[in-house]
Amino acid sequence: MHNVDYEKQPGMENFHPSLVKGPVGINMNYMGEADVFGPEAKISARKVNFYYGAKRALNNINISFSPRRVTAIIGPSGCGKSTFIRLINRMHELVPGTRFEGEILIDGLDILSPACDAAELRKRVGMVFQKPNPFPKTVFENVAYGLEVNGVTDKHLIEEKVVDSLKKAALWGEIKDRLKDSALGLSGGQQQRLCIARCLAVSPEVILFDEPCASLDPISTAKIEELILTLKKEYTIVIVTHNMQQAARVSDNTAFFLMGDLIETGRTDRIFKAPRDKRTEDYITGRFG
Amino acid sequence: MKRRDIIQKIGFSALFACMAANIFFLGGIIFFIAARGLSSINWAFLTQAPRDSMTAGGVAPAIVGTFYLTMGAIIFALPLGVACAIYLTEYSPKGWIVNLLRISINNLAGVPSVVFGLFGLTVFVKYFGFGVSILSGSLTLGILALPLIISASQEAMTAVPQSIREASLALGATQWETIRRVVLPAALPGILTGVILSVGRVAGETAPILFTAAAFYVKGYPHSPFSEVMALPYHIYALMTEGTHPVEQTRIAYASSLLLLGLVLSVSMLAIYIRARQRKTYNA
Repeated sequence: MHNVDYEKQPGMENFHPSLVKGPVGINMNYMGEADVFGPEAKISARKVNFYYGAKRALNNINISFSPRRVTAIIGPSGCGKSTFIRLINRMHELVPGTRFEGEILIDGLDILSPACDAAELRKRVGMVFQKPNPFPKTVFENVAYGLEVNGVTDKHLIEEKVVDSLKKAALWGEIKDRLKDSALGLSGGQQQRLCIARCLAVSPEVILFDEPCASLDPISTAKIEELILTLKKEYTIVIVTHNMQQAARVSDNTAFFLMGDLIETGRTDRIFKAPRDKRTEDYITGRFG
Repeated sequence: MKRRDIIQKIGFSALFACMAANIFFLGGIIFFIAARGLSSINWAFLTQAPRDSMTAGGVAPAIVGTFYLTMGAIIFALPLGVACAIYLTEYSPKGWIVNLLRISINNLAGVPSVVFGLFGLTVFVKYFGFGVSILSGSLTLGILALPLIISASQEAMTAVPQSIREASLALGATQWETIRRVVLPAALPGILTGVILSVGRVAGETAPILFTAAAFYVKGYPHSPFSEVMALPYHIYALMTEGTHPVEQTRIAYASSLLLLGLVLSVSMLAIYIRARQRKTYNA
């Protein structure tokens, strides 16, 4: 689409050529991009189209996500960013009357194919939602849920995992005495970290965050962002966000969606300093959206 | 005073009058029945069988009969109704067929109960050959309770936020695990409310058991599901329409009515209590 000589683009001079790595293997030439940060792709989407009934919500999306990196997906409301990440753990199947084309590979396997079991996939690809959605159960039961559903019966193992997950989610210190209290009694920020702990308990490889701070105050937001930065050491993270400062703070790479199209991807610092597409520039400078 | 204010005053007064009329009738019913029945209720009335061709003694067999019939109806209607509601809210594809089913079920709740009675007579008493028995009566009352239980369960499950279903599925749970471990527990108070309201309704029904279960007088207590039984609502009906000692019988009928009213009201109170507790859990 855009045959840009990016070496000559402003902002490109400030990173080392060794960091410039193509999104590996497939679709080297997508959007003319080659500055996504990180090793070989953990997830790659190829030629993904998505339809709600007759309405097309995603147009030919080609994108890769590097392992142990945070990729932010930004874009105005209705641009398809949530639709897109809900394909990665097949939550789109919950909405009747939808249809997709193309494929999404995780470690080389097409997770959209009928041969791939959705429940198995979701153990590997966890999700944290826009509004904290703890079960109306105790704190402990919330975190243990995923383990029990997945057939873990050993009480000690469950307990160990629950404690471990709560610690990883930076929640243990605050609620270690409240494990038997209802999760609904926690504050919004604590509930969201509980949802993260719940997700970590099933040992996923990928975590999808769908605007995780949309309903949180700034302090809780800061805690979640800090947590995301810790988690990326172990997990591949994709985060949808409306908040561009947030994208700038937490992500390594950024993808900009607009009206179902993937407009631009690249290293976050480059996208914010030197967007190549006029539309990206307009969006991040607040001219629309 | 301005014209608008006067109109408002008149409007409020009219609404208040309507409310007062309601209170008057409701309170009147309770007062009237209590005034005539309370003096006859005592321990013997609750624990003894009728004597001297219904002019003395108590209503214990009718209480027992109503208990069996109600329990039987719920045992039959609860699993069936909840299963049906699960299918309709969780599994069935959304569309006009489900909407039609939902409307039909709601309409079923409005069918006159004597029609259920005739259905029970034809199907359970005659066709299946259960005879006039607790079993036939329970099944008939169960069918009457079905739409109530289905509606209440559907409502309770629809009220469970979609977000916690998604949370469960996103953790690798199957749809059935999600229903069993998340949706049903969260919907349970609502389902229970439906059950309790059905108990109140079923316990007070006369027409469905008229041809299927109830007898004017049965010696002793029922010993099998195929026994005929006495039941409180039918007992009241019989006391007022048959027999030879109207004065004595009327006294016992009022006492029985008060007893039945008390039972149904206390069951409803329980439903309100459970519902209030459920709201508290969700809003915590």
